[in-house]
Formats: sequence, structure tokens, C-alpha cells
Amino acid sequence: MANYATNEFKGGLKFMLDADPCSMIDVEHIKPGKGQAFTRVKYRNLNSGRVGEKTFKSGESVEAADVMDTDMEYLYTDGEFWHFMKTDGSFEQIGADAKALGETSKWLKEQEVYLVTLYNGAPISVTAPNFIVLPVTETDPGLKGDTAQGGSKPATLPTGAVVRVPLFVNEGDLLKIDTRTGEYVSRA
Amino acid sequence: MLLAKLTKRAELLAATRHFFNSRGVLEVNTPVLAPAGSTDPLLDSFITQLEGGSVLPQQLYLQTSPEFYMKRLLAEGSGPIYQLGSCFRNGELSQRHNPEFLMLEWYRPGWNLTELEAECCALVDALLGAASYQRMTYRQAFIDYVGLNPFTASLAELRQTCVAVSAIAAEQLDRDACLDLLVSHVLEPALKALNRVILYEFPANQAALAQIHPDAYGNPVASRFELYVNGLELANAYQELTSASEQAARFAADNAQRLALGKPQVTADAKLVAALEKGLPDCSGIALGFDRLIMLARGAASLDEVQTFSAYRW
Repeated sequence: MANYATNEFKGGLKFMLDADPCSMIDVEHIKPGKGQAFTRVKYRNLNSGRVGEKTFKSGESVEAADVMDTDMEYLYTDGEFWHFMKTDGSFEQIGADAKALGETSKWLKEQEVYLVTLYNGAPISVTAPNFIVLPVTETDPGLKGDTAQGGSKPATLPTGAVVRVPLFVNEGDLLKIDTRTGEYVSRA
Repeated sequence: MLLAKLTKRAELLAATRHFFNSRGVLEVNTPVLAPAGSTDPLLDSFITQLEGGSVLPQQLYLQTSPEFYMKRLLAEGSGPIYQLGSCFRNGELSQRHNPEFLMLEWYRPGWNLTELEAECCALVDALLGAASYQRMTYRQAFIDYVGLNPFTASLAELRQTCVAVSAIAAEQLDRDACLDLLVSHVLEPALKALNRVILYEFPANQAALAQIHPDAYGNPVASRFELYVNGLELANAYQELTSASEQAARFAADNAQRLALGKPQVTADAKLVAALEKGLPDCSGIALGFDRLIMLARGAASLDEVQTFSAYRW
């Protein structure tokens, strides 16, 4: 695989660190007025999902990781694997395990398209779209007249995820959720 | 939003000019494009080519600081001078860096670092509002915040600490690189809580163009201080080197180090050495990153928020 030098580092770059594929989240150039330059990288280990930090000396390089992000539609689960299908017309299917799915299980919806990250051809992580629409399966009854301001309550979604919603939301309402923060955005 | 950005910048520039005018310091303009550049092995210049017209083609450097020309003016007897002008450093772009930035640099003939420090604090008070300044030596700051003595710790100990705080592959780091890393990863974050800090008595290896003297413990230290505001490196001051032979020796040492690093040689400013031979008055000088000062004045998190057109908006 290719190598990347520190001046090519940027968010989203996939690289190998201690035999694990990692993705750069944040790259910071550090340079005192007089002195050495460093590049501080915040990264996610794509195998463990853990976030770490590592500093590189300016000019150092890392090995690129054979990692590919692919758009795939969620089909179904058999309890052990969650099956996704490529949207490129090949209809190729791949099963991701619970570890690869991680927190994204909270935002799963059939026929929705997810970003599946393949490492050496096998799925290691699944990323939900930034916003997703899901119905409320359970919440306290809505309060009429209580609209924009004041108070919130928990609402359960079909995936088991619980989000804080305004008091006026009812069971059966469709909600737009920001999957990055897990926060309610609006009614859909 | 844009108007607020332009207005605050203009106000701070006007206040700075007023500050120096009222103290009898003369504003000067020196070339930003010149045939000699900074030899500092850790600074990269933009290099360009002069062609055509009635002059011989030659290589030119965009200046990384106005220091050399300003010292030539001092040697000619200019008296106290200041300059507000663009400086250029290649390869530097981050929340706190931009390849082109506005530098405020000034020199005080006959002044020592203590006098210059008082004036620097007065200027910052005038621009950012008055506050107290905590003074600490580089040595004490390391002992208090990093947990080691920067002069006596072994290289192995320094590397071990670097690995612990940054996971860096430390076997490639020399002593100075270790210290720089610990400043950026440990000391600066600690200084964030302290508002305004004057850090002084840097290790002699970090003297650049400052004089060197022994500290209370007998360690050779640079006659230099830095001002940090909220952990942001804002200004760097020297008791200026006045020895022509020492200046020439540091230029040569810089270029030797550049060679070792695989970096191109830089044409050193022979006219600066000549000016020092003729006689640079004893003086102290300081450079202050003006865009960073505007960041602090506006509570901005990045240079991009205060520069009219940063590299992100080219």
C-alpha cells in the first residue's frame, strides 16, 4: 500500500497503526514560533471503535489502510448478522456482525442506505446517514398547547433507542433524528 | 459579521499605532521580498525568482520576519522603531497558523528585556484590557507542569515523557524536539488556565538571535521571553545578539543543520553581518503575532475567524 506523509494527513484518511486500520478524525498542525513542527492526530481505531491520539514528527509517514467506504442498503437481520446490499447495481450482499454495527444499531431502518466500511473486503463499521426518520413506539401522552418551549420527555423508537423529545410529541409521530448526536431535530 | 471583523482589526491597528506614536517609536516599512532569507532550520521560506526588467535574475525570499532589515536600520541609528507588516512561512496552516500573517515587531535601543517586557505588557493591556501577568522561568514551568527539569533530565527520561503524553515514536527525537513537544502538549494546555504568562530563560539551544547568559543554577539560558495569553503563544522577545562574528557563526550553523535535515541552503544576509560589524546598539526586540492578538480580542477560536482572507478563503 501507499504511504502518507504528515503534510498529506487530513480528516477521513485511513491508515495502519500497530496492525489496526484507523481513520483520522482531526489533524492539528503544531508549530512554535521557534522550534519543531509536529502533527497531532485524533483517530478512530476501526477495529475496536476506540478513539486515540498520536503525535507525529513533521515529515514522518504512515502506511495507507486498505479500507473502502461503500454505500449499502440495510435489508434484514438473522440475529447474528445484519445484511446489507450494495447500491451500485451489483446486488452484492454482505453481513456485518454486532461489533461492526456498534452504536449504529440504534438507527437501523430497512431500505435506508448506510456507509459500510470494508477492511480487506470485510465490514468493520457501519455509519448511519446524518439524519434519519423513525416513528415513536412509546412515550407519555402529548401535552396540547405546549409547543416550542419548555420541558422534554423520553420517547422510544422501534430500534430500542431512546431520545429526548418535546412534550407535544405523540406515539406514532415520525421524528427526524440527528444520528451523530442522537438528538431529536423535528417532527418529520 | 464581515464588517465587525474589519472594524475590530482597524481599531486594534489604530490603537497600536497610537501607542507607539505616543511613546516616540517610529513606524517603518521594510521589504517583504528580498534576496536573503531566514536560515532558521525549522522555518521554511517561500522562494521566488526575479526576472526581466533591467535587473539580473535572482532568487528572492518572502521574509519570515522583518528582523534583519529592522536591525540594519537600528545600526544606521534609526532609534526605536516598529513595524506592522505581513510575514510568510511556508507549510504553516492550522487554527493558529496561516502562511501569511500580520506581525508587529519593535526594537528598543538601550533597553534591556525587563524594560521591554513592561512595554509589551502595557501594549497588551491597552489592546486587550488590563490584567495581571504571571512570570515563570522555563525551568520552573517544566518542573511544575511537566514534572521534570529541562536542563538536567536525561534524554531517555524526556523521550519517555513524550511517549506518555503523545504516543510519538520518540527514538527519533533529540533533546530540543522533546522539549518543544512537551511545551505544546503539556505546558501550553496548562497555561490556558493562567491567562497572561511571561515565560523566560529558555534553554540556550533555543536562543535563535538572542544573547546567552547563565541562570541562577549555572545553566546557559537565552536572554529571551515569550508572552502566552490563554495558552496561545503571542510574542517572543530577545536581548538581541550584537556580535557580528557570533551572528555569522549562527548563520553557518543553521545552514549546516539544514543540510543535515535535507533542506535547501538559504542565502544568509551578509548585509546584516556587515551592519553588526559597523555596530548594532545594545537593544531588545520583540515580535508579536498580530492576528493572534485579534483572535484574543474577539474571543475567536481560529485565525480564520479574524483574518480578512485566510488561506481557507483564497
